[in-house]
Amino acid sequence: MPARFTEPADTTVEAPSKARRKAPALREVGRSIPRLESHAKVDGSAEYIYHLRLPGMLQGKICRSTVPHARIVRIDASAALAMEGVHAVITADDIRTLIPDPYYGPAFHDQPILAIDKVRYVGEPVAIVLAADLHVAEEAADRVVVEYEPLLPVFDEVAATKPGAPIVHDFLRPSGMFPDLKHLKDRSGTNVALDARVLHGNVEKGFAEADLIFENVFRSGKVMHATFEPIVSLAELNGSNGLTIHTSSQSPSYVRAEVSRLLGWPENRVRVRTAFLGGGFGAKLYIKLEALVAACALLVRKPVRIGLTMEEQFYTITKHGATVRIKTGVAKDGRMVAREVETWWNGGAYADIGPRVSQKSGFTAAGPYDIENVSLANYAVYTNDPPAGALRGFGISQVVWAYECQNDIIARSLGIDPLEFRRRNILRNGRPHATGTIMTNAEIDEVLNRLSDRMKWDAPIDRGAGPIRRGRGVAIGFKACIAPTTSVAVMNVYGDGSCCLSCSTVDMGQGSDTAMAQIAAETMGISTESVRVVHPDTDVTPYDMATLGSRSTYHMGNAVRLAAEDARAQLLRIAAAALETDTEELECREGAVISPSGSRMTIGELMHARFGMQAGNVIGMGTFTPPYVKPDLQTGQSPQITPFWMLAGAAAEIEVDTETGRIRVTKLVNVGDVGRAINPAIAKRQLNGAGTMQLGFTLFEEMRFNEGQVINASLADYKIPGILDLPEDLSAELVEFPHEHGPFGAKGVGETGMFSVSPAIANALCDAVGVRILELPLTPERVLRAIRASENRPLDNE
Amino acid sequence: MMNEARRTIRFTLNGRAASANIAVYETLVEVLQRDFGLFGGRESCGQGLCGCCTAVVNGAAVSGCLYLAAFVDGADVVTVEGLADRGVLHPIQQAFVSESGFQCGYCTPGFVLMTEQLLKRYPHPTDDEIRHYLSGNLCRCAAYPDIIKAVKAAAKSLASSRD
Repeated sequence: MPARFTEPADTTVEAPSKARRKAPALREVGRSIPRLESHAKVDGSAEYIYHLRLPGMLQGKICRSTVPHARIVRIDASAALAMEGVHAVITADDIRTLIPDPYYGPAFHDQPILAIDKVRYVGEPVAIVLAADLHVAEEAADRVVVEYEPLLPVFDEVAATKPGAPIVHDFLRPSGMFPDLKHLKDRSGTNVALDARVLHGNVEKGFAEADLIFENVFRSGKVMHATFEPIVSLAELNGSNGLTIHTSSQSPSYVRAEVSRLLGWPENRVRVRTAFLGGGFGAKLYIKLEALVAACALLVRKPVRIGLTMEEQFYTITKHGATVRIKTGVAKDGRMVAREVETWWNGGAYADIGPRVSQKSGFTAAGPYDIENVSLANYAVYTNDPPAGALRGFGISQVVWAYECQNDIIARSLGIDPLEFRRRNILRNGRPHATGTIMTNAEIDEVLNRLSDRMKWDAPIDRGAGPIRRGRGVAIGFKACIAPTTSVAVMNVYGDGSCCLSCSTVDMGQGSDTAMAQIAAETMGISTESVRVVHPDTDVTPYDMATLGSRSTYHMGNAVRLAAEDARAQLLRIAAAALETDTEELECREGAVISPSGSRMTIGELMHARFGMQAGNVIGMGTFTPPYVKPDLQTGQSPQITPFWMLAGAAAEIEVDTETGRIRVTKLVNVGDVGRAINPAIAKRQLNGAGTMQLGFTLFEEMRFNEGQVINASLADYKIPGILDLPEDLSAELVEFPHEHGPFGAKGVGETGMFSVSPAIANALCDAVGVRILELPLTPERVLRAIRASENRPLDNE
Repeated sequence: MMNEARRTIRFTLNGRAASANIAVYETLVEVLQRDFGLFGGRESCGQGLCGCCTAVVNGAAVSGCLYLAAFVDGADVVTVEGLADRGVLHPIQQAFVSESGFQCGYCTPGFVLMTEQLLKRYPHPTDDEIRHYLSGNLCRCAAYPDIIKAVKAAAKSLASSRD
């Protein structure tokens, strides 16, 4: 029996490590190291699953519904099957021979792998053609004839909750994965997949005591991720009873669990691996094509690839459109005393993660403010639109859009400076949020101060002349990182002393490989560049909930820190034995263990000392699950609703052409409270990238529908920000106050830059021309109509 | 039937003689990927709007997702894989690394090739020239500020190597 050096990893360690309490100077964390994979990204060799080709594989092309809501009368694949080169046409009947109950989804098991009996949105997969040649599959997919008997559709999220609205699903099927949703099982006759409430204080009493009451309804349209590497999955048989799925997924661990569940297999027979993702933004979460491609590969016993086109992505997953009714009672001195928010989330035809988006974002809908009386209601609503899921921030930017526009309305009507109005109301550390959870480690004051400095807020601005008017605006927003979730990491030291870090965090451009390597390197006393990060492969890398919600740096970062500490502890014990000293006396740095007397052994020498040759492994493991208390179903109250709060602010200076309605953002500042930046340059790039993405959602991005059909499903008609849309002065700033439980003080930042951009620009618009627009995006037409209406010379309707 | 019209094309690919048997409707990106294993040019929008599929044909950038492979018969084709010299990055690629002019990296080969075109025409580009020249390349991660820095760093590095 070999000697065991393994220390049991503490599974829910919350306290900072001993090493951190001593607060040594950081060598690797806090450096703006270029990404580890830089070379491969500039020479074209970086691996993306979209480019994977398997020997003998078939290409799948999906035949999609052309109607928003209908019963399927018949599917005739004979013309498609007659085409030379078509290997198979698969429908739900075929799927059910393999998977009797082929419904999937993270929140609800409501989405059929291929449509069964009914279709619920335009673009829903009805059948799939498999052929070796993609061109053949494409042409054959057009030849599949599907006859529909139309049903009344419903598209508007508010109308869908009214009595008599067409019902999208006959009954609700919560998945059981999230305990917060279990109570919804078998509910029928409703399109409301979830109604989640938060009650804090007494909102009626608050309104009665208020000096002034404001009420507005804000809307955000549907937008989409437009990841440049389109969603793609491949499946192949693995031995006699296994399956390998190669997929552009942000959640390989979940894919394995869900595909195993569908097949009735143990998880160890399904292997899921990813590579770099060409963008994710939430589009590649949970299951997208994986269940379909797995079923196809098992049915035809050959490797199968399904790669979407950009157009198909518009029919796969979107951000939620949302209607937000917000009512606020204010005292004359500008203190908010009561706020009631009701939000209808347009979840589309299948729940995906929508109910969690509604709940998790919904409970922040009163904003980062200290308001004594709060009532929040959130309705996750089924409609006949394409499914909505997570898009960089879950639903945060939709609720920030409402509360930060309204805060500006209130501040202006009270004659209080908008920044000052926020200062009077913000929720400071130690005060209870509406959910009852106490605010901690949140630096909102500092976010406001930085915005003020950057904008020179106290100095007047040039208001413009003639048709060009100028204005500026500010907004802040926050998010509670989702919970409960778990991350596991493994630090593997090889016989020569080199190290591999195995974790299932997916690098989709946010730089997680580099950040995780920095955390591991800092802990082990080695260089970041020497750490190799193994990409997610469920046969190799341990469990991670998913790469989403800005959770990786905090959760996986802590797991990596624990894994590296575990490996370090084992190496120190080997060194203590070899150097005949105490582990307490030893230090890990520069790739070696060093004693106070100056004797040093490299990690390779330690491995040699332990195994007698260049051999063996030292394996450190770390598991991290922060505490969480499920909120009360009726009141939404919880003493521990989140592991950390993400705070953000943005400010904009704009020019408005009053003759065309066009807005030009001349300056955009994004400030994020990041705890501590593991890699400051990457963190700032994330803030600027998110800010620019939200700039697109603010000014022009909008999916336009006609009877459920997306009429701008291409980058020709759906414009995303290009280099010419960049504000002349675009900057990001990090607020760094180390979070007491974050790895080296870090918390998440990937979504932060999205939160506040839209209301900052809308508030600037109001500052410039005095018009208030309640609906995104702020297109020139919308702006011009508002300006003309304010001048009592409205434009004719379309 | 779709496979009827096939032909053999001969061209120069990254400095070497190449040939491929193609269908007339196949695009340059498809053929580079399938027959040569070159994935630096990649299809994303499929409409020649995002620039991910950029390749250089006879010295001019084309959208490889629209450009028919048949058109490169007899032409000189350069892809991003043709820039580095036995693993040593081209100064433009090196500048994109040192300025971190990317995040997910999917659009990066297109930006690198367009920067090469830009710097041939404007060796010392202004901000405006950079923005206008690269406006046909999109980056969903919006690494644009760092891309602009990378272009400037590349211009500087190329200028000093010419001195």
